[in-house]
Amino acid sequence: MTIEVRNIVKQFGSFRALDNVDLRVETGELMALLGPSGSGKTTLLRIIAGLDWPDSGSVAFDGEDALARGAAERHVGFVFQHYALFRHMSVFENVAFGLRVQPRKIRKTEVEIKKRVGDLLDLVQLGWLADRYPSQLSGGQRQRIALARALAIEPRILLLDEPFGALDAKVRKELRAWLRNLHEEIHVTSIFVTHDQEEALEVANRVVVMDRGKIEQIGSPGDVYEHPASAFVHSFIGESIVLPVDVQGGTVRLGERRLDLVAPASASGPSKLFVRRHDVTVGPSGSGVFEGAVKAVRAFGPMQRADVVLSNGHGDTLIEIDAPRDHSLKVGDRVGLQPQRYRIFADA
Amino acid sequence: MSTLSRKRSLPGFGLTMGLTILWLSLMILIPLAGLFVKTAELSPSAFWATVTAPRTLHALQVSFGLAFAAACINLVAGLVIVWALVRYRFPGRRIFDAVVDIPFALPTAVAGIALTTLFAQKGWLGAPLAALGIKVAFTPLGIFIAMIFIGIPFVVRTVQPVLIDLDVELEEAAECLGASRWQTIRRVILPSLAPAVLTGFALAFARAVGEYGSVIFIAGNLPNVSEIAPLLIVIRLSEFRYADATAIAVVMLIFSFIIIFILNRLQHWAQTRSLAAA
Repeated sequence: MTIEVRNIVKQFGSFRALDNVDLRVETGELMALLGPSGSGKTTLLRIIAGLDWPDSGSVAFDGEDALARGAAERHVGFVFQHYALFRHMSVFENVAFGLRVQPRKIRKTEVEIKKRVGDLLDLVQLGWLADRYPSQLSGGQRQRIALARALAIEPRILLLDEPFGALDAKVRKELRAWLRNLHEEIHVTSIFVTHDQEEALEVANRVVVMDRGKIEQIGSPGDVYEHPASAFVHSFIGESIVLPVDVQGGTVRLGERRLDLVAPASASGPSKLFVRRHDVTVGPSGSGVFEGAVKAVRAFGPMQRADVVLSNGHGDTLIEIDAPRDHSLKVGDRVGLQPQRYRIFADA
Repeated sequence: MSTLSRKRSLPGFGLTMGLTILWLSLMILIPLAGLFVKTAELSPSAFWATVTAPRTLHALQVSFGLAFAAACINLVAGLVIVWALVRYRFPGRRIFDAVVDIPFALPTAVAGIALTTLFAQKGWLGAPLAALGIKVAFTPLGIFIAMIFIGIPFVVRTVQPVLIDLDVELEEAAECLGASRWQTIRRVILPSLAPAVLTGFALAFARAVGEYGSVIFIAGNLPNVSEIAPLLIVIRLSEFRYADATAIAVVMLIFSFIIIFILNRLQHWAQTRSLAAA
């Protein structure tokens, strides 16, 4: 099932939650909506589900207008951040809910419901919890039951709102891998919302980066990491060294110091230079675009991390860089820093 | 259950439990024990004769039967009122919210007189009803209405906080799973409210059984027709037949206790089903 979102605008009072959003999701994709809180990602998900209605724009499932239907008729599986399990029902009844509320004509028999719920509980590997109540489960178990419940209606689309947001770090990691495997197994078109970039990059086939109601970039996890389309994406995904620079006629300056870097044609005037920490090569003084003095060195794992004060003519700029463990770095050393890859975006 | 050991580890168990027993004894158990002691003056056969006298039986039937019916009406009406008050924003909502408590605050005699005036043959509501051939004041129907009146706040006030706290996501989840609005209410919302609804029902029922002030004005108090058990007790007292009065009181007490105990168990059952203490 493809999802086609066009020109969606959603306003909450004076706050524009979604500002002309276009998005196309292909059949069988596992897509992540990634952005900080308030970026509109959850609102977009809820509009696709039919839990919220846009002020204007359209949503189509396989070319068919979805806005003409309410959430109950859209056949969309929705998994809530806080699970929203029915507390007065056993795990079995929770999963069976979607089957029991079907119109009498197409409703399954009790035997079929038992079989289907059993299969789903096996799928989420929690068959042994069928008779428990939600309050007796751990967070991770609840989330998997919520997923089984959403899958019971054989949804055409699966939507997950911050599915692992309420779980602790270890369980999150496990469930990430598990969700990806599950998606490979059932292959239903899926979108999940997250503010955790690692989660988005690790789980999704495609990532949509959102900020302030707009889509900043759509691409594969590799794409958005390696080729960020905007300053926002660069700073939001992965850690970056950010330096304020000034671009005049293709010449890049950091303070007084002229940098031997190539600025894109689009950048002019006050801009930001973005470099990934691991893209900086540390060499002897005079060997790079930047000059600096080592302020502090911290060694852990295969890398060592150093604070370097850049000498740029006026004022001092402190940056953090990574260097291989075997590279000798001592406090007070003067070093040259050469960015292997970098991007310059004009200030908005 | 692990809660038992946790309760013990809370400080102040001895003190609070001691005060609880002292207070319940002073305020409730000792006066009630007096009731039983006084009743014991009657021989078993005299006791049996008193409580099975047609007039007594009828009075008990009126009190318990109408209280139960009134509590049922209040359950339905209370749910509707609480739904409107919690789920919708409309002008005057806070005023309506305050109005719900009036039956609590009003002296019951005032309520009784007001209702009697309203439903009397020439009253605002009594006159049109009389034209339809329905007589309210001085009939069991009048008792029923007074009992509804005094029971209104209970279901509303017990269910209101629970409904406010009920997660909207539960309804959204049900909707996404294909449930109609009605199915959502029946299968998700009402079961979640059940413990609170039962508590409210029990309180409304208990209040109506014991109600005296507002009922006696509108009841007409005809023996074997519209006489409530509390009134019969007062009548026996005024005749200095104290043991007879306490005998009826004891029967009321036992009945009430059994019914409230059952409702409490039901409420507990509904609660543990949703909380399912691990």
